[in-house]
Amino acid sequence: MIEVKNVTKTYGAGDAAFQALKGVSFTIDAGEFVAIMGPSGSGKSTTMHILGCLDTPTSGTYRLKGKKVSDMTDEELAKIRSEEIGFVFQSFNLLARTTVARNVMLPLIYDEKVPVDERAERVRAAVRAAGLDESLLERKSNQLSGGQIQRVAIARALVNDPALILADEPTGNLDTKTGELVLGTFQKLNEGHGRTIVVITHEPEVAEHAARIITVRDGLIVSDSKTHARRRAELAD
Amino acid sequence: MTIADTLHETYTALSANRVRSGLTILGIVIGIASVIALVSVGQGAQASISSSINSLGSNLLIVTPGAQKGPGVAISAGRGSAKTLTQEDADAIASQVANVAAVASEVSGRYQVTAAGTNTNTTVDGVTSAYPAIRNVEIDQGSFITDTQVASRAKVAVLGPTTATDLFGDGTDPVDPASVIGQTIRIKGVEFTVIGMTVAKGGSGFSNADDMVYIPATAAELFLAGDQYLTSIDVQAASAGDMTQVQDDITTTLLARHHLSDPTQADFSVINQADILATASSITGTLTLLLGAIAGISLLVGGIGIMNMMLTTVTERTREIGLRKAIGAKNGDISRQFLAEAIALTLVGGVVGIALGSAISFVVASSGILQTSVSWQSIVLAFGVSGGIGIAFGYYPARRAASLNPIEALRYE
Repeated sequence: MIEVKNVTKTYGAGDAAFQALKGVSFTIDAGEFVAIMGPSGSGKSTTMHILGCLDTPTSGTYRLKGKKVSDMTDEELAKIRSEEIGFVFQSFNLLARTTVARNVMLPLIYDEKVPVDERAERVRAAVRAAGLDESLLERKSNQLSGGQIQRVAIARALVNDPALILADEPTGNLDTKTGELVLGTFQKLNEGHGRTIVVITHEPEVAEHAARIITVRDGLIVSDSKTHARRRAELAD
Repeated sequence: MTIADTLHETYTALSANRVRSGLTILGIVIGIASVIALVSVGQGAQASISSSINSLGSNLLIVTPGAQKGPGVAISAGRGSAKTLTQEDADAIASQVANVAAVASEVSGRYQVTAAGTNTNTTVDGVTSAYPAIRNVEIDQGSFITDTQVASRAKVAVLGPTTATDLFGDGTDPVDPASVIGQTIRIKGVEFTVIGMTVAKGGSGFSNADDMVYIPATAAELFLAGDQYLTSIDVQAASAGDMTQVQDDITTTLLARHHLSDPTQADFSVINQADILATASSITGTLTLLLGAIAGISLLVGGIGIMNMMLTTVTERTREIGLRKAIGAKNGDISRQFLAEAIALTLVGGVVGIALGSAISFVVASSGILQTSVSWQSIVLAFGVSGGIGIAFGYYPARRAASLNPIEALRYE
């Protein structure tokens, strides 16, 4: 489903040019749970931006569900993000003083394909799938706990039924226990709902919750293998 | 993004910072309110001056004598001072010019007028019976001068209310008209019997039509002026459309009667009431424009306030913009959202400003200073301008928001 071939990314020009990716190739099939791991400066963030259709490669090709993303214009990128990608960020990025329902619904207002009268049902389904209670729907985002906040963000990523959920350091701002909760939610979505999930992290313990780990260093893939001792998150709330 | 979504987002964003939104709206309120109020004052002044000029009479042309010129050296003794118009000229206009409804001769001058123990200096106007109809003068009590009285040089007088009060009143209160009729006044030592009093017209802007004594024109010639010349001839055209033709024909007729071939040498001039009105309108129109322009500056400042707030908002909400872009918002969605916020601010400001401006205009009108009028044109204009300001001053911040790179926007601290 995801096909990355000889992708490079160079920022800047001339003497100041910096090559963040130096030729990266991999494929991810539908239904996989993959961690992209590496220290800061390794190129993992750049990889995430390209996978998330936020940026296009300098050279090489990226295909998502057969569509060649690497040639797309800004407008086409926005459209494919709206339809095929669900983002989960380290800093949650919920709208402040806004209800859970409205936060989760946000991607739908930019997706003309979803009829307005389907929105409420989609929001409830996404909130349930993210392991949250529906009673939280009318709660304001600043009245939630850390674990609840990140699961609201996961529900927001699910609501437009994307091909790929992309999580950038999803546990980075959480304590270990709530981090486990979030990673357990991902495992459940992957195994129970067949969601394709890519987690970007610098922590091996987080990466080990995925079924496959791609390690990047200095803009190159140094290893790509099945997780040896896969961790199971405890799904306690 | 549906319209309902845009409205919801706009409301949420603006109500998140009520004080700032309110102050920004206040800038627009002041701008719009001052435009509405000042333009209504300007239009009120225009209407007031127009009605004053119209109260002189409708479709009025006034023929006055030209400047008196000495032989050889052109020494002007002032327009209207020459003695060139006669009753025969007035009769010729009445009989030879087409589309003339009425002609009235005037022999006027300022004289000391005395009554029992009081005296005043006022305009004594020798007139004919056609005068009230042409100059919109109405009789309150008694009667106006008749043709018979003109023919017989009767020593009768009709007083304006101000003059009547000056001569027979006991200070400031208007005098009872009935008590004035039959009284005797002396003008230049000659006794006249008061036979009527006119209805108050109010100041006409040029002279007070109420401070006036009317006597028969023939009596004015005989007892006061001592010669046979008229000070002006009032001509009423049959309709407004005939004014120019009547004016041209009067000129032709009088030139022929005065044996003049060159119109530039004319010893009289014909003043067209429409010309006076047009001049006055253009002056008050300029005044209104000036007032509107001053108010427009405050509107401009209000618009800059909107832009300032929107730029601050865009900076503050950079991460939110990054998030929205990441989850699929197109550049158009982002710019539409910020533009909608700017337009909402100006439209709310516009509505409140129109209400406030109308209230100010109402207060001015009800305090009796000036009869103001808020025209629907100025409301439509104010609304259009406030919407336009929203678009104009919201466009740049909205474009700036839309052009943010989502990756950098998400990283923004």
